Amino acid sequence: MSRSVLLPLGGLALLAVVPTVVSNPYVLHMLILCLLWTVLGQSWNLLGGYTGQVSFGHAAFFGIGAYTTGILVKTGMSPAAAWWGLLLGGLAAAGASAVIGWICFRLRGPYFALSVLALAEVLRLVALNWKQLTNGAEGILFIPAFNSKSWYYWIVLALAAVSMALIRLVMHGKLGFYFLAIREDQDCAESLGINATKYKLISLLLSAFFTGVAGSFYMNYMGFIDPGIVFSIHDISVMMILVTMLGGVATTWGPAVGAAIYILMSEVFRTYLKSGHLVFFGLLIIVIIIFFPQGIVGTLRESLQRRKRRLAAPPAGGPLKEAA
Amino acid sequence: MSLLELKDVTKRFGGLQAVGHMTFTVEKGEIFGLIGPNGAGKTTVFNVVNGFYAPTEGEILFKGERIDGLKPYAICRRGLARTFQVVKPLARLTVLENVMVSAFSRTDHRGEASRIALEAIAFTEMEAWRDRTAGSLPLGMRKRLEMARALATKPELLLLDENFAGLNPAEVEKTIAIVRKIHESGVTILIIEHNMRVIMSISQRLLCMCYGERIAQGTPQEVANDPRVIEAYLGAAHA
Repeated sequence: MSRSVLLPLGGLALLAVVPTVVSNPYVLHMLILCLLWTVLGQSWNLLGGYTGQVSFGHAAFFGIGAYTTGILVKTGMSPAAAWWGLLLGGLAAAGASAVIGWICFRLRGPYFALSVLALAEVLRLVALNWKQLTNGAEGILFIPAFNSKSWYYWIVLALAAVSMALIRLVMHGKLGFYFLAIREDQDCAESLGINATKYKLISLLLSAFFTGVAGSFYMNYMGFIDPGIVFSIHDISVMMILVTMLGGVATTWGPAVGAAIYILMSEVFRTYLKSGHLVFFGLLIIVIIIFFPQGIVGTLRESLQRRKRRLAAPPAGGPLKEAA
Repeated sequence: MSLLELKDVTKRFGGLQAVGHMTFTVEKGEIFGLIGPNGAGKTTVFNVVNGFYAPTEGEILFKGERIDGLKPYAICRRGLARTFQVVKPLARLTVLENVMVSAFSRTDHRGEASRIALEAIAFTEMEAWRDRTAGSLPLGMRKRLEMARALATKPELLLLDENFAGLNPAEVEKTIAIVRKIHESGVTILIIEHNMRVIMSISQRLLCMCYGERIAQGTPQEVANDPRVIEAYLGAAHA
């Protein structure tokens, strides 16, 4: 097996034994949030980073996933943390995304970004007012299935690993090439035989699916949701964009790095700055955009490539073959 | 049956008629040239044939089947590829990746796509540029990338839109050789070109457009000597 397979597998194995070593629930909680945000960043990155279709409203899919599981458990149709509850959450989110994508992706420009923003807001209001189904502003509360955080850690680790591996796989093949081509130049992509509407929709379906699964997991793990939390513009929709930008748009590891920094920063800021933490988080984002527009992973990759090129370049004084 | 047939094709943008009552056929195996002064509507003809615009009136037949109104990707898959006058490199992808994107229109497998792409890159003599990002290429190579990409879709008819514009004399010679090689491999070519020396030497038939209408058609010699063509290019005093 090649290094590109062995390294991540080794890393995964290492991450999997963490709960047997670390028993501090606070630390585990932080790690679970990091992994959850990795999944969310990945999902946004597939559509926004690789396919170039920016979404300002991924909270819509997160919330649909969360409420699907919440309602299933509340009505007694599913036990908490049932694996098919996670799957249904993802499928419901993908279904909603198909409708909005089918309508918006025929158009170019900001229509999709804005429509999905509106969708998230509409869904928030629906969840707030359809009290028989969602309990309205009271939210949905249930007792989480597992007492120990370890199980949640393993589930979300598996989610992060599967989503990352799947996106890697997708980006390696025909779909990935088509997504990138659409991002770079849609006219050109179409003249090269690519049905842009269809492939944008495929990218959106995958992205919404994983976002929905993450939403379902959130419901299971936290045991409580309300419309203001899961359909939030600034806590979910915008954060998904920022986590990806922080780590590096259109990179494999960017969302994971961005998620780790985001969780760490928000904990530190919240502890020491109380309610002022949002201001400092905003400042941090500004700094990143000005100095590392490619994100952390993107900037690192670029400087590595530059160094490799310098090392590979022939020494000053002319090409090697002329000297020989 | 002609490979490509335009029947009374008109394209209007609001009140402006960009192409009017265009009727011509391209036969299998020929190089057919489309000339005309700036703004004559040549690129609009390409955009209508390739599916970017649906014609306002008229029919377009490719291999005997109607293609007017189809989307560009569907037309491409039927075997009609084009290049762009204003080049459209997929800037952040490498040359190889650019060509692989179009090769995927003929296969679902990465290995096969890569094989087709390398073939097209070799055909257009771009091997040395293979791993450069398309956005970093000089203009001459961007024009050639357009051809490599179009070739990798395995077209029967290739629409070349000013692939010689902005090239230095050496590049022009090289591109003529490549276009001839593409033609010899069995691809029919419809070409727009301003470089008269080039178009007179490589095309078997020419059509000259002015203000969206056909003003002359025939062998390069016939068209070049047509008084209406001379008038369109040089003014009535020379005709």
